[in-house]
Amino acid sequence: MASRNTIVAHVEDRPGVLARVASLFRRRGFNIESLTVGHCEEPGLSRMTIVVDGDDHQVDQVCRQLFKLIDVVSVQDITYVPMVDRELALLKVSATNFNRREVLDVVEVFRADVVDVHSEALIVQVLGDEGKVNAAVEMFEQFGILEMVRTGRVAMVRGTETTKPPAISDSQQAAAAIRAMLGRRPEGALPFASD
Amino acid sequence: MRLTGARILMECLRAEGVEVFFGYPGGVVLPLYNTLGEYPDIKHVLVRHEQAAAHAADGYARVAGRTGVCLATSGPGATNLVTGITTAYMDSVPMVVLTGNVARDLIGRDGFQEADITGITLPITKHNYLLMRASEIAPAVKEAFHIASTGRKGPVLVDIPKDVFIEEAEWDGYPQGVSLRGYPIMDVPREEEVDKAAEIVNSAKKPIIIAGHGVVQSEAQDELVEFAERSDTPVLTTLLGISGMPEDHELSYGFLGMHGHFYANMAADRADVVIGIGMRFDDRAMGRFSDFNPTARIVHIDIDPAEIGKNFKTHAPVNGDVKETLSRLLPQIERNSHPEWRAEIDQIMDQHPTDYIEEGTGLGGPWLVRALAEATEGQSTIVTGVGQHQMWAAQYYPYTKQRQWVTSGGLGTMGYEVPAAMGAQFAQDEPIWSICGDGGFQMTSQELQTVADHNLPVRFAIFNNGFLGMVRQWQELFYEHNYHSVDLGQPDFVKLAEAYGIRGVRVSTRAEAIQIFRDLEGYDGPVVIDFQLEREENVWPMVPAGAALSETIESAEEL
Ligand SMILES: Cc1cc2nc3c(=O)[nH]c(=O)nc-3n(C[C@H](O)[C@H](O)[C@H](O)COP(=O)(O)OP(=O)(O)OC[C@H]3O[C@@H](n4cnc5c(N)ncnc54)[C@H](O)[C@@H]3O)c2cc1C
Ligand SMILES: Cc1ncc(C[n+]2csc(CCOP(=O)(O)OP(=O)(O)O)c2C)c(N)n1
Ligand SMILES: [Mg+2]
Repeated sequence: MASRNTIVAHVEDRPGVLARVASLFRRRGFNIESLTVGHCEEPGLSRMTIVVDGDDHQVDQVCRQLFKLIDVVSVQDITYVPMVDRELALLKVSATNFNRREVLDVVEVFRADVVDVHSEALIVQVLGDEGKVNAAVEMFEQFGILEMVRTGRVAMVRGTETTKPPAISDSQQAAAAIRAMLGRRPEGALPFASD
Repeated sequence: MRLTGARILMECLRAEGVEVFFGYPGGVVLPLYNTLGEYPDIKHVLVRHEQAAAHAADGYARVAGRTGVCLATSGPGATNLVTGITTAYMDSVPMVVLTGNVARDLIGRDGFQEADITGITLPITKHNYLLMRASEIAPAVKEAFHIASTGRKGPVLVDIPKDVFIEEAEWDGYPQGVSLRGYPIMDVPREEEVDKAAEIVNSAKKPIIIAGHGVVQSEAQDELVEFAERSDTPVLTTLLGISGMPEDHELSYGFLGMHGHFYANMAADRADVVIGIGMRFDDRAMGRFSDFNPTARIVHIDIDPAEIGKNFKTHAPVNGDVKETLSRLLPQIERNSHPEWRAEIDQIMDQHPTDYIEEGTGLGGPWLVRALAEATEGQSTIVTGVGQHQMWAAQYYPYTKQRQWVTSGGLGTMGYEVPAAMGAQFAQDEPIWSICGDGGFQMTSQELQTVADHNLPVRFAIFNNGFLGMVRQWQELFYEHNYHSVDLGQPDFVKLAEAYGIRGVRVSTRAEAIQIFRDLEGYDGPVVIDFQLEREENVWPMVPAGAALSETIESAEEL
C-alpha cells in the first residue's frame, strides 16, 4: 500500500548536506513529497522532515540508505507513532467589496488568518495538518486563488518522547541506538515486506 | 609549527603509512608536486591517464588489504577518475582520492579547468570533502582514511583548491581520532540476532553458505572454514567472494550466478537455509529474484544495515562484520553432518562438471586457465578485465588464498585489467598475472609505459579472441547471430609491447603455452603474451538474462 510516510532526520549543519540527501533520493528512485529543513534544539544540527511515498519496504530502505550518509546523524520513521504534524499555506485570494465578507467567513471556519489586505485581494494564512490545508484550499478556490505557496510538513512526536539523535560518547552505544531507530518493523518481524 | 597545505597533506599521508600513490600533475596541484621531493618515502607513481591512477589504487587496495590512494588535477584530471572511483564504489574498495581544484575565489565562476568534482562524485563516493582552508586538511584526511577503511569500505574524495595548498596553517601532528556522530562502527552484532541465526543454522537440513566479498575484506577465511566444517555446510561464493573460501576444501563448491557452476546454482536453489555472509544478493549472483528458491529461509550477515532485506526477505538478519559475527556465532553452532545433502550436490557435480575443455591443440579459454593454474600451482594473484576471459579465470583457476583474485564485479569495467594489475604489483613481489581481454587491453594499454618505468614483473596474458567476446556471445545466442561492432581490429600486440620496451610473445598452440609458462619462471620483468584464442568459444554454463538459477543452461541447444 502506497502511503505518505513521515521521516525525521537530523543532519550536520554543513554546506552540501541537502544536495547529498537530494542526490540519494534521486539515485535510488525514492519519491519525495516534501522535504522541510530548519534549525532544531541543538546548535550545529538541522532537522529534516521528509514525506515520502512508498510501501513499508521502500520506506525502510529510505531510512537505511539515508543513515548511510555520513552527515546524517539520525533517522526515524514516525509514521506510525502518535504525532502532531503541521504545514502552512499562504493563499492570495481574490476578494472585492462584493464578496470579501464571504471570503472572511471561510477564513473563520478554518481558523485561518488574514495577513494582508488589498482592495482586490487578501492573503490568507492557513495552518494545520495536510488534510485541513487541502480542505481550505478547496474552499478558497471558489473565489479564485491568484497565487499559493505551501511549506512541507513538519512533525513532532506526542508526549515526552523525542526524536533527538543519540549523543556519541561510546561508539557501541551509538550503534545500538541507531539500530534501534532504523526501520519500521516491529521487533522480530521480517525486515522485508515485499510479500 | 606552521606548514603549507601541501606539506600538511603529505605529512598526513606519511602518518597514515601510505607507501605508494598514483597520480598525474596539472596546474592546480603544482604546489603539491613542488613538495613531493621532500617526501621520498611516499612513492609517487606517474601514470599515463588518471583513470589508471584510480584503478591502480583500487588494485593495490584489493591485494594489499589497505587503503589505495590516487591524485589528479582539477577539471579533466578529476573527471578522468570517475570510472575508477565508480568501480571502487560498486565493489566497496577502500580508497582515498585526492583532487586539486581552482583557487577559492574562482570556484563557482567556471574558472579554467573547474569541475564540480564533489558534486559529480556525490553518488559514487562513500563521502567527499571540498576543503576551503589549510587548517581543514588534517582533520579531513584523517576522517577520509577512517571512513574509507571501516564499516562497508569505499572511496572517499578530498578536493583541495590550489591556494589552499599554498596557505599555511598550524600543524601539531596528525589528529589522533575522529568524531563522526553520524558514523558509528557497526562491527559487533546484536546478541539476539546471533542467537536467531544460530537457531536457524542448527535446524537446517540442507544448508548452503554463500560467501561474498565481505569475507575477503574482513579476512575471515579461517572463521568461515570453521563455521562450514562445524555445521557441515557446503560453501558457494559470489564472483567477488572468490578466494574467501579455499577451493581445495571439500566443502567448497565454487561460485554461483550467471556464469557460476551448474552444481552451485542448483545447490543454492535447493537449499532449505541460505546463509549469505558478506554478500549483497546481487542479481548476477541470484538470478531472477522472484524465482530464487522461494522456500529457503535466509540468514544474512552484513555490515551494512541497508543491504539486509534490500533484495530478499530475510529471516535472520545479522548486522555486523563477518569476522566479529562468525567468531560470536561459532560457539553456538552445533556439530552437524548432512551426508545426504552433500551427496545430492556431489551427484549434480559429477553429472554436470564445469569442464568445457575441448580436445586438440588449439587454445581454448578454459584450457588456458587450467594450464596457467598448473604452471603457477594455483598460487598466483590473478587480475582480470571484464568479459569471457574473466569468467574462465573465475571458473578454472583454483583459488585458495584470500586476496588472490581481483576483478571488477559490480561495475564490470573493461580496461581495469592493465592498470589494476600494475597497481596491485606494488603490493607484492611475486609476479601478478593479468588476464586481459583484447578489447579491454586496448582501453588502457598506455599504462604499459608505467609498467616499463618501474620494471614491474606483471604478466599480461591477452586472451585474444579478436572479438568483444562476451558481447559476441550474446549476439550469437540472443540476437540471431547478428554480429555488429564486435569484430575488433587490433594492433600487433607483440610489437606494441616491444615499442614500450617490454618483452612480447605470441602463442598459438598448447605446446607453446606450456613452454612460455616455463620460460617465464624467474623472469623478473614485464611481459605481454598474445594468446591466439579460438575466436568463437562461448562461456558455459549460463543463466540467461532475466532467468532463474534453476534455469541454468549448459549449451546453446538448451535455449
Ligand atoms: C561479466 C560479469 C559476470 C558476472 N557474473 C557473476 C556471477 O556469475 N556470479 C556472481 O556472483 N557475480 C557475478 N558478477 C558480479 C556481480 O555483478 C557482483 O559484483 C557480485 O555478485 C557481488 O558480489 P558480493 O555481493 O560478494 O560483493 P560486493 O558487491 O562487494 O558486496 C559485498 C557485501 O558484503 C558486505 N560487506 C563488506 N564488508 C563486510 C564486512 N567486513 N563484514 C560484513 N559484511 C561486509 C557489504 O556491505 C556488501 O553487502 C558478474 C560481473 C560481471 C562483470
Ligand atoms: C568500459 C566498458 N564498456 C563496455 C562494456 C560492455 N562489455 C562487457 S564485456 C565486453 C567485451 C569484452 O571484450 P574483451 O575485452 O575482448 O573480452 P572477451 O569477452 O573477448 O574475453 C563488453 C564490450 C564494459 N563492460 N565495460
Ligand atoms: Mg576478446
